[in-house]
Amino acid sequence: MSIRERLSGNEAIATAMRQIEPDVFAMFPITPSTEIPQYYAAYVADGRVSTEFVCMESEHSALSACLGAEAAGCRAVTATSSAGLSYMNEVLYVAGSMRLPVVIAVSCRALTGPININHDYSDSMAERDSGFIQLYGENNQEAYDNYLMAHRIAEHPDVRLPLMVCEDGFITSHAIENIELEEDAAVKAFAGTYEPEHYLLNPNEPLAAGPYGISAYYMEARVAQAEAMKRAKKVILDVASDFENTFGRHYGLFEAYRMEDADIAMVIMGSSAGTAKAAVDRLRDKGIKAGLIKVRVFRPFPGEELAEALKNCRAVAVMDKSEGFSSCGGPLFAETASACINLDSRPKMIDIVYGLGGRDFTVKAAESVYERLCGIASGKDIGPVYSHMGQREG
Amino acid sequence: MVECEDVVPLRLTAGSKGADAPQDKRGTIMIEIRWHGRGGQGAKTASQLLADAAFMAGKYVQSFPEYGPERSGAPITAYNRISEERCLIHSNIYEPDYVAVVDETLLQSVDVTAGLREEGAVIINSAKDPDELRPALKGYNGRVCTIDARKISMECLGAYFPNTPMLAAVVAVSGCVDKEQFIKDMEESYRHKFAKKPQVVEGNLKCLRLSMEQVRYLD
Repeated sequence: MSIRERLSGNEAIATAMRQIEPDVFAMFPITPSTEIPQYYAAYVADGRVSTEFVCMESEHSALSACLGAEAAGCRAVTATSSAGLSYMNEVLYVAGSMRLPVVIAVSCRALTGPININHDYSDSMAERDSGFIQLYGENNQEAYDNYLMAHRIAEHPDVRLPLMVCEDGFITSHAIENIELEEDAAVKAFAGTYEPEHYLLNPNEPLAAGPYGISAYYMEARVAQAEAMKRAKKVILDVASDFENTFGRHYGLFEAYRMEDADIAMVIMGSSAGTAKAAVDRLRDKGIKAGLIKVRVFRPFPGEELAEALKNCRAVAVMDKSEGFSSCGGPLFAETASACINLDSRPKMIDIVYGLGGRDFTVKAAESVYERLCGIASGKDIGPVYSHMGQREG
Repeated sequence: MVECEDVVPLRLTAGSKGADAPQDKRGTIMIEIRWHGRGGQGAKTASQLLADAAFMAGKYVQSFPEYGPERSGAPITAYNRISEERCLIHSNIYEPDYVAVVDETLLQSVDVTAGLREEGAVIINSAKDPDELRPALKGYNGRVCTIDARKISMECLGAYFPNTPMLAAVVAVSGCVDKEQFIKDMEESYRHKFAKKPQVVEGNLKCLRLSMEQVRYLD
């Protein structure tokens, strides 16, 4: 039986962690993710979990401690945001290449500068090539559910890759909303226990972890990692299917909202997707065939599936909540456009960078994007392919 | 100006809110509330308490503040959405149905009624009557309510906690939660929260009841 509750995104993730009860939680605090270890410290102090809770001197060290624990054969977790994730950068790549399924909860926040504590995806997008699986949630419920699935995906023998559960800083992490929690025992049973095939604390199998990879071996290791990331797609769907059978909530690689006959569509991530859905509903009421795709899994990128979902649209706007300074569009646009490159007929596509550093994204703003798409779909000039919205002019 | 035991909430309907009003799929309206306070006064907590009350009454809720550098005494804003279905929208609220002002000195520096729907109301923590405050509201023509949170809080709790009276006033004026159900749920919540200090439960309940009775309003 689900439990009707109201919680912030951070408390929802901390609750999921408590229910799964990892062996090690190594932490260093940073806004807006700090509440996750804060709640968890209370669970430890109250004797509700037997996790080894380690306060480290930096994020670099926190993730390094997680890697040590994972290599030893433990389930290890941490949480971070913004500059904290950047400071982990070196160790993120190590986690991926060592194939250690550590799970990081990321409350996504802008990177400096100017210094800013609010939400965008500049932190998580900067780590898109680190070898982590990345799941993004629209609200506290999806943050919780993504976390419940995270360890099983990461630890699956076909995958063995680290994973980030991304929620929107403040917008999700600090907003209190209704949520359906699952019972502790049901969550424990769903998440299972971590049984690594190879680990350092196995006296029957001495092994080296993370050794030097000379040119004769490096490329094989990287290709093996890339193949694991490809296999992760199926595992993510299998775990989602078991999740739906167990708890009743459906998840895919992305959510297609009113896409069945859509002429125009938006590709978007996170909490803004909910706001844009309200715009889609209004446009549908007016007879405009608008749809929306909310990308849940950014790594591995569901390119083929997205291309299939978008192929019948006439105009598509990709919404990037991070600025990659490529001068031709953000990371979600680059991935989505390249996914569609080999379609026989494909939609006109534009990229709009929005919501940086917590700039609000409203239903009206979403409607204005669809208005532009209506024009492009009816043959008007496409205009700038890459532009920004919501900034003050002058 | 009227002082009464039972403010009749203005019934908001999808029609009265205008075509642009956010509606859930059942066509029932979503109530949107904006809180203005100063850092440290508990406007964020008040918005969370209102979300709790609406949650206990079976609603879907959102409660979120606008975050920035945290400074005591600086103007802060917090928000509520209350609906019969999960609220999809995650933006700030620009056209609220109700505005709650925890500190009346904000009227001088913040345009508290910006975007406020005239079918709704502004609820101000003040010892003054609503007609004295209307001139400070930049031409807002809707309902103006005041509640003397300091007097009520001192009388019932022996200290100044503006949250409890403001919460009760917002419930009374907006009708977003049934009043009897609200008192019942809050009593249960207080009994749980103050399990080790049961003596404070009565004071808090009295504070809620008195606040609902002492809202002054001007249409």
